[in-house]
Amino acid sequence: MFEELVKRDFKKKYKRTVLGMGWSILSPLLHLLVMKVVFTQYFGRDMPHYTTYLFAGNIVFSYFRETTTGSMTALTSNAKIFTKINVPKYLFLFSKNVSSLINFAITFMVFLLFTALDGVPFTPKFILLIYPIFCLILFNLGIGLVLSALNVFFRDTHYLYDIFVLLLMYMSAIFYRVDALSPTVQRFFLLNPVYCVIQYVRLIVLEGAIPSPAYHLLLLGYAMASLLIGGLIYKKKNHEFLYYV
Amino acid sequence: MPIIQANNVSIRYITGDFKDIGLKEYILRHIKGQYQVKEFWATRGITFSLERGDMLGIIGSNGAGKSTLLKAISGIMVPTKGEIQVHGSVAALLELTSGFDNDLTVKENTYLRGALMGYTRKFMDDKYDEIIAFAELKDFQDRLFKQLSSGMKSRLAFSIACLVRPDILILDEVLAVGDGAFRKKSGEKMQEILKSGVTGLLVSHSIDQVTELCNKILWLDKGKQIRFGDDVHGICSEYQEHLGFKRAKKRVLRINRF
Repeated sequence: MFEELVKRDFKKKYKRTVLGMGWSILSPLLHLLVMKVVFTQYFGRDMPHYTTYLFAGNIVFSYFRETTTGSMTALTSNAKIFTKINVPKYLFLFSKNVSSLINFAITFMVFLLFTALDGVPFTPKFILLIYPIFCLILFNLGIGLVLSALNVFFRDTHYLYDIFVLLLMYMSAIFYRVDALSPTVQRFFLLNPVYCVIQYVRLIVLEGAIPSPAYHLLLLGYAMASLLIGGLIYKKKNHEFLYYV
Repeated sequence: MPIIQANNVSIRYITGDFKDIGLKEYILRHIKGQYQVKEFWATRGITFSLERGDMLGIIGSNGAGKSTLLKAISGIMVPTKGEIQVHGSVAALLELTSGFDNDLTVKENTYLRGALMGYTRKFMDDKYDEIIAFAELKDFQDRLFKQLSSGMKSRLAFSIACLVRPDILILDEVLAVGDGAFRKKSGEKMQEILKSGVTGLLVSHSIDQVTELCNKILWLDKGKQIRFGDDVHGICSEYQEHLGFKRAKKRVLRINRF
């Protein structure tokens, strides 16, 4: 069942268009191009591999944004199914997550390609990138659970979340560096889970450094906390969704 | 051991104008103290039990709580009070055509629906040709679902549902599907499935159909259980009398107005 749902989401996303999958590569590239043109003058002048720096932040954040906004409608858009057939409701959400993960995998390949073009040396440490991505997958899943449930009860979740994501983006240090800020302010950035993931990727790719064990725990903690909250909401409200859709 | 046992089942809907209000509105109303939720009991204190091979006909006028009760049995809803015990797999055919995806083809929809009903891909591979042949949609397999006529849609839905061999089959007015010829065919198919020993629940407004197919009757009115028993003809004629009485009362009122 899960497989069929993933297929459906994937097919619907590309709607059999000519560009199809190509678009999922083109879109982040265009985004990157715009950012590079605009920001290189201001933030990237004295930074080596600014393209890679920018790209890392961009793909991680896009993945987060796409998955969570996509997850939000997982329940409301499938209401016709789960009010007529007895199916586990979280499956709709999982399938959305898988299709956007496939998308992310493609952009990640492009990212690696650009890293090579940018002259960044590949090291065996790159294998560690699996860890932050794994944590981000779980984190996204949890946030998706929360948002899809919220969207059932409050239909304006979408607008509020859009604003929130925009704010979060500016606080994720995608195109600027945090080094220039005071250490206290820098610590505040650690409250942003998406930033933590981005920073992990950058440390590995650009500096070849492995973050501390505490940092690993922090990522895992965020992932688990979000999963736990989302799971609890689903467990509690599972039979109430029906009344609101 | 009864295959379905319902004890004093009551289901409450929450209604009111809280639906489709946003978070902002929700908070505002709480501040103003205007947030109200109304309750609505769709079914109240329903008790019945079915043995294996029974066919239960559920009758009652619109809004009697028939569909709600079926939803509770199929596990989509949970009773607010009381309990329902179901032993065996349930296939519920409620409002057949909803839940299909307009942007997928007939073939993709068939597989998706099969998957949602819990069948493996291999099982669907085996059954696919049979389904399409039964639905008479051989030339439309690669059409998008939204391009089908409504009759075709229900034919497809019915055909997918027909290949199920569950322990418990729930039918919510699904026997009135398609044109005359298809209706006859589907009626025969249903008979065949019912004879194979499944336990069935049938909601229908056609008293003839109910008396023909069922051996037990549950009569609901405005959520309350009026009658339950195996005296099919007795309860049905009582029900018809009740309907006739209501109609007569209306007529009297109308005459009085003149």
